[in-house]
Amino acid sequence: MTGRTLYDKLWDSHVVHVEQDGTALLYIDRHLVHEVTSPQAFEGLKLAGRKPWRMGSVVATADHNTPTTGWERGIAGIEDPIARLQVETLDANLREHPAKAYFPFLDKRQGIVHVIGPESGATLPGMTVVCGDSHTSTHGAFACLAHGIGTSEVEHVLATQCLVTKKMRNMRASVEGALGRGVTGKDVVLAVIGRIGTAGGTGCAVEFAGSAIRSLSMEGRMTVCNMAIEAGARAGMVAVDETTLEYLKGRPFAPAGTEWDQAVATWRMLASDPGAKFDREVVLDAAAIAPQVTWGTSPEMVVPVEGEVPDPDKEKDATRREGMERALAYMGLKPRTPIQSIKLDKVFIGSCTNSRIEDLRAAASVVRGKRVAANVRLALVVPGSGLVKAQAEKEGLDRVFRESGFEWREPGCSMCLAMNADRLESGERCAATSNRNFEGRQGAGGRTHLVSPAMAAAAAIAGHFVDVRAWR
Amino acid sequence: MEKFTILNGLVAPLDRANVDTDAIIPKQFLKSIKRTGYGENCFDPWRYMDVGQPGMDNSRRPLNPGFVLNQPRYKGAQILLARKNFGCGSSREHAPWALQEYGFRCIIAPSFADIFFNNCFKNGLLPVVLTESQVDQLFYDSALPGFRLIVDLEQQTVATSDGAKVFRFEVDPSRRHSLLNGLDEIGLTLRRADEIRAFEARRREQFPWLFR
Repeated sequence: MTGRTLYDKLWDSHVVHVEQDGTALLYIDRHLVHEVTSPQAFEGLKLAGRKPWRMGSVVATADHNTPTTGWERGIAGIEDPIARLQVETLDANLREHPAKAYFPFLDKRQGIVHVIGPESGATLPGMTVVCGDSHTSTHGAFACLAHGIGTSEVEHVLATQCLVTKKMRNMRASVEGALGRGVTGKDVVLAVIGRIGTAGGTGCAVEFAGSAIRSLSMEGRMTVCNMAIEAGARAGMVAVDETTLEYLKGRPFAPAGTEWDQAVATWRMLASDPGAKFDREVVLDAAAIAPQVTWGTSPEMVVPVEGEVPDPDKEKDATRREGMERALAYMGLKPRTPIQSIKLDKVFIGSCTNSRIEDLRAAASVVRGKRVAANVRLALVVPGSGLVKAQAEKEGLDRVFRESGFEWREPGCSMCLAMNADRLESGERCAATSNRNFEGRQGAGGRTHLVSPAMAAAAAIAGHFVDVRAWR
Repeated sequence: MEKFTILNGLVAPLDRANVDTDAIIPKQFLKSIKRTGYGENCFDPWRYMDVGQPGMDNSRRPLNPGFVLNQPRYKGAQILLARKNFGCGSSREHAPWALQEYGFRCIIAPSFADIFFNNCFKNGLLPVVLTESQVDQLFYDSALPGFRLIVDLEQQTVATSDGAKVFRFEVDPSRRHSLLNGLDEIGLTLRRADEIRAFEARRREQFPWLFR
């Protein structure tokens, strides 16, 4: 028997039943639930007279719609009545069906679902993890099979604890060598997306491997896996190693005592076997990766910070050329503009991609003792969870940000998708640590450039993009 | 779920790659707790000149004359012809809900994003993958006013009305079966409840920490 990939192992250990055409019933260990993609699923259950199969698998929170200011006003702080009803509906559904854990709006452990899962130890190696959110791929950093699902599937998992699905293909993205100073997991994954394209991983589960990936902290690995979906891959993953175990030990929902030892023994097998076969491989040289900045309206439209906005006239493929021209028109950019001359109106540090403590530390170290540039109207730091916020405050990072002219907010998804009041106005240009630069993503007509936390912080101070590697 | 067997429908071409689900249905409409009410806001940022908000009277909003679906000739279109990586980005099932409520029953493209592709099948909306060159030919043909296609799920074919072109497409047998018969997937899975329970019991014994 040839070696198995990490994905093969995760898949094999969760198959309950397979049809002749390969369609399988896959058992789900952890189901993460939030307010936006779950109300119709709970309603569907009720209408069909069904009960949830195992609410003990569910960890829930409200994150997409929640405001990042005005928490002292309680639920009334959600001014939009439609958004408030959605958050209250989640409350009601979780009251009727108590979960393993529910961190509601205003709870000190509330936060972005992909931040609180790992930080509470609810995400454990070897699990299948699903959530009605495409960035569920984040949890793959813990050697989980984790991916986003639609609301019908949320209902299906609630009702049956299984997902009807087919096995994906195996892909490996290896990043070998040492990352340069100031180059982060965000830059690595943007470079991978730049290389393989926004559909390069479609139909695949991508294992991120290589010495540069192993050198990343869990926070860095989560950032990389988070954006696997931006390369088209529903699931990204990284093998278990000491870094994984160190992160998990002592987390509230992680096993303890002898059970910890048993768990660790099984987790250590969660890596691809030598000689395992991948359907597709891509290898990047870590030393060649510079801090990345997106210039267009798709995450694949990305260049190194020392680069310039590309020229569509040089693109031979007509569909691609038209896409580039449309993106440049939307972004208000001219071909061959140096990236570092692009001026910014807003800066957003946050999202399930980059709002963890390490991200905030990196950003704070860049801005310490400096002031946000006059042309930057709003520089926002939105911690990923209440616990991240508390830790940052304990370290005095909130003061560093505030003294530099940043706003220090309550946790949530915030301006990554702008469902709450935090958003770009039409024409505004933003350096964002989030994951999508689609048209209108951060607000109708808003222009998003995706970067790492340190790059966003430096851009806030300079008022335009700068190479954080030269930052003093 | 609504059945899908055979569809003879008007074709509307949307000639851009990487259409994301944020464009199909923007975030401000995701605050609803209902499964319906998204059709009038399908492609909202491209379809209207102003920025849409929930609760607006959409019939009074200024339409974007430059957006292809606003052309009178595509009124009533049931087949959307699209480019590669259609439906990328967010997993929001509101996207297929919006497309279906708009009137589409089938989307033809050279490739789809995985989660969107899945979501379509759960809602009786058929995503059909054809080759780039076949899709190119259909884009060319769609310049003809009143261009229609016949999508036959039983036969797994897309054909022009005159039968001059017949393209075969692939679809998983189990998905095809569910769609042809409009089956309730949860009901089907629950027929295997004993198997799931047995699997779960073994797993609980082997990995008790997953069940704490």
